[in-house]
Amino acid sequence: MDELLKILKNNALESPENIAKMLNVSADEVRERIADYEKRGVIKGYQAIVNEDVLDIDRVTALIEVKVNPEREGGFNHVASRISKFPEVQSIYLVSGDFDLLLFVVGRDLKQVAFFVSEKLATIDGVQGTATHFMLKTYKHHGVLMESQDEYERLKVSP
Amino acid sequence: MNTNASKSVRDVIAGHLDAVPRSGIRDFFEIVSTMQDVISLGIGEPDFDTPWHIREASIFALERGVTSYTSNFGLLKLRRAIAAYVDRMFGLRYSPEHEVLVTVGVSEALDIAIRAICNPGDEIMYHEPCYVSYGPLIQFAHGVPVAVPTSIENEFRLTRDALEAHVTPKTKALILNYPNNPTGAALTQADAQAIAEFVIDHDLLLITDEIYAELSYDHEHISAASFPNMRERTIFLHGFSKAWAMTGFRVGYACAPPELTDAMMKIHQYTMLCAPILSQEAALEALDEPENDIAGMKSEYQKRRNYLLRSFQEMGLSCFEPRGAFYAFPSVRETGLSSKDFALRLLEEEKVACVPGTAFGPSGEGFVRCSYATAFDALKEAIKRTAAFLKRL
Ligand SMILES: Cc1ncc(COP(=O)(O)O)c(C=O)c1O
Repeated sequence: MDELLKILKNNALESPENIAKMLNVSADEVRERIADYEKRGVIKGYQAIVNEDVLDIDRVTALIEVKVNPEREGGFNHVASRISKFPEVQSIYLVSGDFDLLLFVVGRDLKQVAFFVSEKLATIDGVQGTATHFMLKTYKHHGVLMESQDEYERLKVSP
Repeated sequence: MNTNASKSVRDVIAGHLDAVPRSGIRDFFEIVSTMQDVISLGIGEPDFDTPWHIREASIFALERGVTSYTSNFGLLKLRRAIAAYVDRMFGLRYSPEHEVLVTVGVSEALDIAIRAICNPGDEIMYHEPCYVSYGPLIQFAHGVPVAVPTSIENEFRLTRDALEAHVTPKTKALILNYPNNPTGAALTQADAQAIAEFVIDHDLLLITDEIYAELSYDHEHISAASFPNMRERTIFLHGFSKAWAMTGFRVGYACAPPELTDAMMKIHQYTMLCAPILSQEAALEALDEPENDIAGMKSEYQKRRNYLLRSFQEMGLSCFEPRGAFYAFPSVRETGLSSKDFALRLLEEEKVACVPGTAFGPSGEGFVRCSYATAFDALKEAIKRTAAFLKRL
């Protein structure tokens, strides 16, 4: 992957001036390249990584396995695209293994997610079955550990 | 204890230690450690944690009760992995049975290499500025340290001319360290070849400290040991501290022809017995897929290096492009301050620590060592403060 993207994936707030120094190019070039990535849809947006466990918010996330009967034309794509449009669905992936689609769904509470699964998801043509797992605790999210560990300090000056 | 008694205690300390100077790094460390909120560019070790699979392997070994001594040479499976790696990376073939010795870091390897070859009065050359232990280790072995200054004019590369100016009939060996701590300098193919020819022409031994070899930017590392007829007169030293971020494991190795290895073994077996077995297990794991472990850290160092260089440029601090390790060595001559005063004032006024170049020998005067083994956010803050400091000067 392009070094510029690596830097932004690690810290999207890094300034074009600093990135320019790291990559030994001009800040204008960095701005142009970022704009180009945005225009081409390589960069789809920027979000904060929030540790929701420390916030007192009423929200649940469920991971839902969905078995799908693929259609003769379009395979899984048609069903997946219909499911994607529900705002409750945060992420959706086609996966190999015992089931076909993996969803991350958020709701106000357990009841709301259960309602979504039974009334919206299970009733879609082609959906054969679902299994819902509620998330209890987040240890690591987007490559970031949620629980900060005590930093072990190195010597301030060493040979 | 009364004063008379402590005087006599002082008298019993071995005389040759008087000639060994206190480490300039220690002096500086003591000042820094009394201060709060210091951002340090003075750290000679990676800021990354050891890759998790390596730590995990040593935890697993500990759980299995792997807590014994090993062969004095080190675990045979580790020596095999080392021999294979040194062959692949440096094109040097060593027999794992007779020519590889696992040590407690390159630190111990340097000590036993020097003691194995040095008779009292033998001269051992090394280029300067350099790692702090070379001179003292030669003194401990009752040898004569001969520092060969390198300079910014050659970007701190060691030249044959400089070597010829310092070689005498008593010269026994040359210690080489590229990529270099503290300058970040690296050798070109031609430099390395000229040094190899010099070593052969004067019938010397070469002790080469390759601890930063993997951290070479925009060029392929070349070892002076890899030229024809060098292997039999070389003690090749390497370790895991830097490229694998394993300083605390204390594990490294020496590779040399059997006679030299045997000589080092004589010292190693009675002083260390063996390197810690858990660290040896960790080192074995580290050699499993080294390229994978190192690539990420190296590319991060390289970005920080670029950032530092450009930032120095912007603030008018001249710095040659370091080509390896994780140090930049900017010149502070134009500020009119000595290395030490620059470092002290930067510390006192802006709480940024860097190491005066003189800690690495008198030829480091006029320079400071800035380590970029420092998290990027800290690096940015250090640059901001240093720029403010320079503006006020
Ligand atoms: C050039 C050089 N050699 C050797 C060492 C010591 O390494 P080790 O941790 O393997 O003892 C260092 C550490 O700073 C170094 O910079």
